[in-house]
Amino acid sequence: MLPFGAPGLDQALPGGGLALGALHQIHEGGPRGRYAASAVLFAGGILARLDGPVLWCLHSRDLFAPALARVGLHPDRVVYCETWRDAEVLPAMEEGLRHRGLAGVVGELTRMGLTPSRRLQLAAEGSGVTAFVLHRVCGGEAAEPEPSAARTRWRVSPAPSDMDTNRHLGRPRWRLDLQRCRGGAPGSWIVEACDAQGRLAVPRLLANRPAAPERALRRAAFR
Amino acid sequence: MRQDGPRRVLAGIDAAARRAGLRPGMPAARAMAMVPGLHLVPAEPEADAAALMRLGLWCLRYAPLVALDPPDGLLIDIAGAAHLIGGEAALIADLFARLERTGLCARLALADTPGGAWALARFGPGGIVPPGGLHAALSPLPVAALRLSPEVVAALREVGIERVGGLTSAPRAPLRRRFGPEPLLRLDRALGAEPEPLAFLTAPDVPQAAARFAEPVSSPEVLERIVAELCARLVPDLERTGLGARRLDLVFRRVDRLDQAIRVGTARGSRDAAHLARLLTERLPRIDPGFGIEEMTLTASRTEPLAERQLSGAVLGQGPAIADLATLIDTLRLRLGPERVYRLSPVESDLPERAVRRVAPLSAPSGALWPADLPRPARLLDVPEPVTAMAEIPDAPPLFFVWRGARHRIARADGPERILSEWWVADDEADRVRDYYRVETEGGERFWLFRDGPMEAEGRWWLHGLGEA
Repeated sequence: MLPFGAPGLDQALPGGGLALGALHQIHEGGPRGRYAASAVLFAGGILARLDGPVLWCLHSRDLFAPALARVGLHPDRVVYCETWRDAEVLPAMEEGLRHRGLAGVVGELTRMGLTPSRRLQLAAEGSGVTAFVLHRVCGGEAAEPEPSAARTRWRVSPAPSDMDTNRHLGRPRWRLDLQRCRGGAPGSWIVEACDAQGRLAVPRLLANRPAAPERALRRAAFR
Repeated sequence: MRQDGPRRVLAGIDAAARRAGLRPGMPAARAMAMVPGLHLVPAEPEADAAALMRLGLWCLRYAPLVALDPPDGLLIDIAGAAHLIGGEAALIADLFARLERTGLCARLALADTPGGAWALARFGPGGIVPPGGLHAALSPLPVAALRLSPEVVAALREVGIERVGGLTSAPRAPLRRRFGPEPLLRLDRALGAEPEPLAFLTAPDVPQAAARFAEPVSSPEVLERIVAELCARLVPDLERTGLGARRLDLVFRRVDRLDQAIRVGTARGSRDAAHLARLLTERLPRIDPGFGIEEMTLTASRTEPLAERQLSGAVLGQGPAIADLATLIDTLRLRLGPERVYRLSPVESDLPERAVRRVAPLSAPSGALWPADLPRPARLLDVPEPVTAMAEIPDAPPLFFVWRGARHRIARADGPERILSEWWVADDEADRVRDYYRVETEGGERFWLFRDGPMEAEGRWWLHGLGEA
């Protein structure tokens, strides 16, 4: 169990944190789902707070390792393998999940059926290694999520950062949607993105307040 | 120069002699008349044979199956071994470069059959013939390329058959009646219609385990069991000598003498019998047992000293974890190819696309990091994409940009972070300046844009990265 350290988030998860030795799915919200850029950092931040090497199964050449280092995942800890197709990612992930010494296994996928998700979940349970599937949407909007055996399903979307900074960039913010969680409650939060140790934070002004509906957010941005 | 009856003839020549018009087999007296001051030395066939044997053993580094083709040829069966070096073309290039460095002048050819490769190396252009292209590649060669005796070549010439293509198009029955079985057998072997057994070398003085069977075996389950058994027998050998296997060769001797082999590599020396057996078993489906296999030989063809206990890694993980990681890496490399499993390490370069370098997955942790104060995108496009952007004043971030037909209004931005070109790396980078801006759209999405020159100089805008940490 790995708590996020963000009160609202941890309360929604059974046991008060993210289950280790389980499969977690992360979708990217927003129009740039194909790149899953926020999802990468969300997973990287979680792995940064665990011990041991990480296996990262790549789907294309665009992952930029310095960004992972900035959320606390040291490059010495990450072994990459170039698995360009879903059909290569899944067996590589399963192989990694059999090796107990790993902190986690990350796979970038375009889609995952129910059976592969079951296999990954079982392998993760067996070894105690945590698995993350980052969904890279192919073309247009995300399709309706398929049934899956994953312990949780998240959606990470970029959110406007602090507006008080006078047109300068503050810490990035995400809208986190816990869409599905076995034994827990779905929920939505606005969080400050991972810091150099991989920790999320609850924004000062928004603390303990659930995320505003999409429309209200957009209006706020226009103001 | 060698003695041929009463005459002395040239046995072998160097490149300079070839340029001067000399050829092997030429009488020595004529050669000396053609090239005054010619330096002749007696031929030493025994020394040549010994050198060829040494070269053959050295070639075991490329593949487990190497056969001698005296007096001056080697046949290497690279099936199932080229993946460890990075493919067929890389293997050929590496072999050629190493031979050249030792002063050996070599002609290399790679083809589906030993006979085809022989013909192309000696009579053709050499190089790699793609699978199925052998027929077309051999057709224009002279019939002597089929390893025929000079008498048969002369007899064929009498009936007007000079090229291999002429032989393939001639009716077979009359050919056999007139010239005996030799031309057709050689032709069929070169084209792969008839198999060609070769006598392969075995490396001396390396850890080895062999199994011979009274009844030929062919079922996959039995082969799998024997692989496990051979590994278990090899490991005590390695333990005694303090070695770990970096490369294993498993040679299958078939009833019909058509040997096959598999070769696997490990990321670090290993004495883990179960792990080694698993690596070999993964490749077993590539072996065609034919009518059965009567002998299997497992060789640790490359080894390295290995301490009694596996060393522990510092940053990568705790002690047992790293040994475990090595087995994982071996399996993935075998499946995907060795160059597709790696770690990334920082490079001191201002250019983002040069800031990362691949290192071997188990190389010692460097501890190095990129500068901590520079925010970087989570995704970096391989090739920056052009965007249309508008800035109010020079050096100010843009107000909006259009990327792939979509317009993005910029709500917040930071920059520029000026990155100078590395003119000492490439000439065409001189005078190139990139001004990077981190921008956030109204929806909160972050992008990494740059302008490839000052606004006055009409610098264009590019999108280079997405997301930010």
